[in-house]
Amino acid sequence: MDQLTFQFPAQPCKPSAKASLCGVVSSGNLEVLITQGGQPNGCEVSIHTSARGFAPIWQAVLADFAAQHALGGTAITINDMGATPAVVTLRLGQAFRDYCGGAQ
Amino acid sequence: MTLFPLLDTLFPAGHDASVTRQVIAGTAHTAIGPVALLGTVDAAAISHDIALRLASQVLDLVDQHPGRPLIFLVDTQGQALARAQELLCLNGSLAHLARCVDLARRRGHVTLGLITGEAVSGGFLSFGLMADRVYALQSAQVRVMDLKAMARVTKIPHERLVALAASSPTFAPGAENYHRMGAIEALWDTPSSELLEQALAQLRASQPGGDNRLQQGRLRGGRQEAAAIVAAVLAA
Amino acid sequence: MNLPQPSPPSRGPSFYEATARQRVNRLLDAQSFAEFLPPQSAHSSPHLALLDLPGALDDGVVIGSGTLGGKPVQIIAQEGQFLGGAVGEMHGAKIVGLLQRAIRDKPLAVLFLVDSGGVRLHEANAGLIALSEIMRAVLDTRAAGIPVFALIGGMCGAFGGMGIVSRLCSAILMSEQGRLALSGPEVIETVAGVEEFDSRDRALVWRVTGGKHRYLMGDCVALVEDDVEDFRQTIITLLAQWQENPPEPHALRAEQERLTQRCQQFSGMRDGLEVWAALGVPNPQQIPLLERDALVTLRQGLSL
Repeated sequence: MDQLTFQFPAQPCKPSAKASLCGVVSSGNLEVLITQGGQPNGCEVSIHTSARGFAPIWQAVLADFAAQHALGGTAITINDMGATPAVVTLRLGQAFRDYCGGAQ
Repeated sequence: MTLFPLLDTLFPAGHDASVTRQVIAGTAHTAIGPVALLGTVDAAAISHDIALRLASQVLDLVDQHPGRPLIFLVDTQGQALARAQELLCLNGSLAHLARCVDLARRRGHVTLGLITGEAVSGGFLSFGLMADRVYALQSAQVRVMDLKAMARVTKIPHERLVALAASSPTFAPGAENYHRMGAIEALWDTPSSELLEQALAQLRASQPGGDNRLQQGRLRGGRQEAAAIVAAVLAA
Repeated sequence: MNLPQPSPPSRGPSFYEATARQRVNRLLDAQSFAEFLPPQSAHSSPHLALLDLPGALDDGVVIGSGTLGGKPVQIIAQEGQFLGGAVGEMHGAKIVGLLQRAIRDKPLAVLFLVDSGGVRLHEANAGLIALSEIMRAVLDTRAAGIPVFALIGGMCGAFGGMGIVSRLCSAILMSEQGRLALSGPEVIETVAGVEEFDSRDRALVWRVTGGKHRYLMGDCVALVEDDVEDFRQTIITLLAQWQENPPEPHALRAEQERLTQRCQQFSGMRDGLEVWAALGVPNPQQIPLLERDALVTLRQGLSL
């Protein structure tokens, strides 16, 4: 298992929920939890993943998502069992929509 | 020690236990009066037949000898593994047995389990683990699955499991682990009538009924999460 | 130890395919669910981390309170997709805590959405002890006058200790897709051989452990469609008329008689087809093809 942490600059978000959770930790899938973070203009991401050695890919997928969504002020927790980048982006999108309640 | 010499040691005042198709039943004399003996021998695989005969004995005891203490002699390799057994809902017969033990407890029978041989999975759950307190002989084998099979199923290397088992009681076979986790009250180096009578006396004095295993597991350091989580749910 | 199985087509939102959270939200009245120990205030299992496995923030079980048809209930839902819904230390403690809380809070009922292969092998001892504690807690809850209903229709069914727990509940509701047994077919095949139980023969697995068979045998009280709404309506109907009785010797004597009698009646049989024929079903081989309503009608016509 790899444990990874990242920080990305991001536009501040306007949460409408205290937390949102999407996905299930199962083969090829992951859970994404979004809660309030400490930095209004940044997003903190903490990942546990069963797949080793994919830090650069996580970095790229998350940086891309952070650039396109107002994630500032959030903390994202991810538990992953080998999801593909497409599934990761899908779950991030679902969790983010729930967190912002469509305000985005 | 085989079972009958063991029973002679535990009950010097006498007992009339006898075995029929792997079910042992009888009455023993102790300082606190007669106690009922009930259990399985030769690492029995618990089938419908065995579960229902045990259940029937428990119901008879509740009817005929209200309040008489009940001692379970535990020696089971688990449940019978056969399609015919599952076809007739083996889990249902094991649940029925557990409900009968539960009824006895609610009707004032104290129940004490003693693991004399093996204690494994479903067979242990439905009977031995339903007792108010469980004791084990030092030679007892308590497990869900041995580490080699566990390594195969979980795909975690066997050596890794062996190494981790040295520090964690959570997954590896062994009565000592179940003691640390609160499910076994004590291990007996040498079985003796004094130990048994002490255990019975303690049980009667403590007015059991509540399940104390969470607290014991926390106190003994073998199960740190469970008690805290139950408390958190109650406080939520 | 139970492989996920593909689901047949169904009507509304499938219970089988839904996650534990989706089931809870659709089963209870809209917006009524309040989760105890929600993911944002939880941590995942340290035992899994020790084995280098990612955990889940809810440890594979969702618990909380809500309303059903306007009546207060408490609910437990196992997530079959996470490690087979299996019971470890934290997972088990959440269930025990919920049941203890039910005894204190006195909801109208506890709904137990079972989807589990039993003990989580990665935490085998903790799981076995937790299952024993769950068994005691279910019986304590019922003795306090609060019914506990098991709902079985997920991809992992109810196996191992969770099969025992399910049969300790006040009643079981199952869909055809649901499976209920003690040892999984894979375990029996591994130990006793493929001749004893071919776990890849799905039709056989369902004839031995599936919802229709359990319903015909009286091991579950209702057979429902693989549809969360049907589970919801059935449990509402059941609750309206339910009387939870304290444990009594005469009731257990009657159950003893029923179980003993049927072990004699169906002795030596190894396939649902044989049992259904012995029950007096005219065309046993048609059972797997029957719609739910037709099967319910058929059962009402049998002298059980």
